[in-house]
Amino acid sequence: MSVRRVMGTEVEYGISVQGQPTANPMVASSQVVNAYATATVRARRARWDFEEESPLRDARGFDMSRQIADPSQLTDEDLGLANVILTNGARLYVDHAHPEYSTPEVVTPLDIVRWDKAGEQVMLDAARRAQQLPGNPAIVLYKNNTDNKGASYGAHENYLMRRSTPFADIVRHLTPFFVSRQVFCGAGRVGKGQDGRDHGYQISQRADFFEVEVGLETTLKRPIINTRDEPHADPEKYRRLHVIIGDANLAEIATYLKVGTTSLVLAMIEDRFIGRDLAVDTPVAALRAVSHDPTLRQSVTMADGRKLTGIQLQLEYLDLAKKYVEDRYGADADAQTVDVLARWEDVLARLESDPMSLADQLDWVAKLKLIEQYRSRDGLAWDDAKLQLIDYQYSDIRPEKGLYHRLVGAGRIQRLLTDEEVDRAMTNPPEETRAYFRGRCLEKYAPDIAAASWDSVIFDLPGRESLQRVPTIDPLRGSRAHVGELIDRCGTAVELVRALSR
Amino acid sequence: MAQEQKQPRKSDEAEETTEAVAETDVAERKEALDDDVDAILDEIDDVLETNAEDFVKSFIQKGGE
Repeated sequence: MSVRRVMGTEVEYGISVQGQPTANPMVASSQVVNAYATATVRARRARWDFEEESPLRDARGFDMSRQIADPSQLTDEDLGLANVILTNGARLYVDHAHPEYSTPEVVTPLDIVRWDKAGEQVMLDAARRAQQLPGNPAIVLYKNNTDNKGASYGAHENYLMRRSTPFADIVRHLTPFFVSRQVFCGAGRVGKGQDGRDHGYQISQRADFFEVEVGLETTLKRPIINTRDEPHADPEKYRRLHVIIGDANLAEIATYLKVGTTSLVLAMIEDRFIGRDLAVDTPVAALRAVSHDPTLRQSVTMADGRKLTGIQLQLEYLDLAKKYVEDRYGADADAQTVDVLARWEDVLARLESDPMSLADQLDWVAKLKLIEQYRSRDGLAWDDAKLQLIDYQYSDIRPEKGLYHRLVGAGRIQRLLTDEEVDRAMTNPPEETRAYFRGRCLEKYAPDIAAASWDSVIFDLPGRESLQRVPTIDPLRGSRAHVGELIDRCGTAVELVRALSR
Repeated sequence: MAQEQKQPRKSDEAEETTEAVAETDVAERKEALDDDVDAILDEIDDVLETNAEDFVKSFIQKGGE
């Protein structure tokens, strides 16, 4: 494999209601999701189908008892909170006290960027529509991961992997990669410690919230490697690696590299290509130490006694990945794999020589540059509220207020996609996975769909007593190549289901 | 840029190389860059929430995931 694999992201957005600091965030989140659903989801609103969800299944092979699970870990019970599937195959819903958008399944890093950015636009549209509700709540959404007062919310990645790969290999080879990849995909944070008790800047939003190396939890005692094992695919063949350690990125190149490099490292793990031991001593402490040093000089101690900086550790993975791609594909490597390798190499070289030259590519550098400019012009100390404000407002998703968006507007941050390309992905599904089938069905047969999820679409057909469940257990089936012509041809859901059951 | 020089470099060697290469045109570029920085900060000033202290105090989130 290459950078290509079935993958997706899920982002929980920070939420506030202007002028109402005590507003209930669950209510506001529901307003956002419902406003979008009401305006865009035609006719009957399909329910999320929870049948295949098992959030307490552990990749190490046992189930956590529901009695000992923290209530916040239970996500599979329909709590009556807003939850819809969009025609682009994505899921838009309320998770705990945040609105959340999960991309449809895609197979390339650039498509992750495309449908992840489409999610920002969906959220923006949703918040604007919510403002039309009675009381006109002015809801503002933030694509960040902490309030700097002790709370963190996630930006997760999901990667489909071969079941045959031993989980211990994933832990061994992925942990040092996760400790160090923040040097290019950190989103930057003003404040240190979970509650921001120490002043200063760090590379990652999330580093301070990780407390253990491996575990099932996502809301407490967060682990570097999360073991949740709900493949939403044939469990004999696949696992879904649920990655909870990343920051929510706004910069497209940061998201692209985060997912592209991770997918490549997973390919090397699956193919048992990583011969060297890159184990890091005390990874949790190393993760924080790397994050806490934006000068990038901090070294971590390797199990073999060497001391490497985060960049040097990444260079080890880059070296392996270049050899791996050369060995497996040579000149036949696909364009995005070649592009990810080239950008990864360039970014690491720049981080070594002149990190500030990446202010137009990486979130943490863009944010730091802005903050340093303010410090220099206004003589601001690190505890000045204005610097904290800049951190929050960088992630405000409104183009007129968000500082990321202002920097893009001023031509100071590079993009990989155009606005038009992102807008199309708000309504159109990816074509290479089952998200195509799900999205097209929602677009064309919405009144006859009772529920849908990652692995099924359930039809409620006129004249039929029972619901008709169409399983979509293989993420790579239901693509445009498989069903595009069929859906084009079937004018009604009845015709479609009849054709599928023949 | 002026503010970038505050950033400690990866190594002394790298710093020397970068400085040496950059030195010749630094003077000419500095003025343009200062204007450039002013322009973007002016723009950001216009959109920043006005009462930073209140805003920061009231930005309270619940945990998620």
